[in-house]
Amino acid sequence: MNNENSIAIQNEHVVHRDDVGARLGMWLFLFTELLLFGGLFLVYAVYRHLYYEDFKIAALSLNTTIGTLNTIILLTSSLTVALSIAVLQKGKRQLSIILLMLTDVLAIIFMINKYFEWSAKIHHGIFPGSEHLLGLPEGQILFYGLYYIMTGLHALHIIIGIVFISIVLVFVSRGSVNENNYVKLENAGLYWHLVDLIWIFLFPFFYLIQ
Amino acid sequence: MNHKSIESNKHQETSISKYLLVWVSLLVFTSITVTIAGLNLGSYALLIAVFIAIIKSSLVINIFMHIKYEEFIFKVFLAIGGFTLMIIFLLTFFDYTYR
Repeated sequence: MNNENSIAIQNEHVVHRDDVGARLGMWLFLFTELLLFGGLFLVYAVYRHLYYEDFKIAALSLNTTIGTLNTIILLTSSLTVALSIAVLQKGKRQLSIILLMLTDVLAIIFMINKYFEWSAKIHHGIFPGSEHLLGLPEGQILFYGLYYIMTGLHALHIIIGIVFISIVLVFVSRGSVNENNYVKLENAGLYWHLVDLIWIFLFPFFYLIQ
Repeated sequence: MNHKSIESNKHQETSISKYLLVWVSLLVFTSITVTIAGLNLGSYALLIAVFIAIIKSSLVINIFMHIKYEEFIFKVFLAIGGFTLMIIFLLTFFDYTYR
């Protein structure tokens, strides 16, 4: 017992770690993401105000069912990543790995839904610069432009999140991220929750205008 | 030592049930937004949707992202970030409203 303690104290002197600083750094990065998407939401708000009717008509063609399904999927994936941290803190490494894999699987299902959603739109001739889209009123062109940019940028974040979580998953399975040192997992979780947060706003603004 | 580890286990046990509770409430709020959007409330619909989205995001930020349990400096940072974004929005809206 005593011996254990002295080893722990020694280790504390050898390993210089600042978990709070690491998380604070992650949050600083998340603020830049907040401003990036915030700017896009600002553009959205102004154009929705200027082209109220056009936005309404264009939004009706979006698939609310897929949007709702993807919302449920993302919220659940946020839960699984939060749980994976909680169980790793208790030393349940296997369970933590399974939960992280589940997060990745849910993220991939989200992307598959996105693929079907976008290809249906593109099939109907609605994509940036298409002849059909350019024939529509100005407000609708703007709506679809913002739709592709904002959900596309969000989807890019999903892909980055999948990579981020997978890398941390390898660390967890190798044991370098463990119950005593899990700040990397926490930061991956923070990133993933941000992706979820952005979707919480994207969903009603694009899919739920009636 | 033993007593302490039991206590910390207890704490983590509650955090797991708290996560599940937050997840359920997020799903409930999602179904409320979807239902309200179908009711044709006109301009109120957007207001309600934004309000619910803010409740949902505060749940995610506080519990999933641990802000509630973080040191004070994290809350200061978040407040500055949110305030900056709010200023940008308000100034732009003023410009478009009174132009």
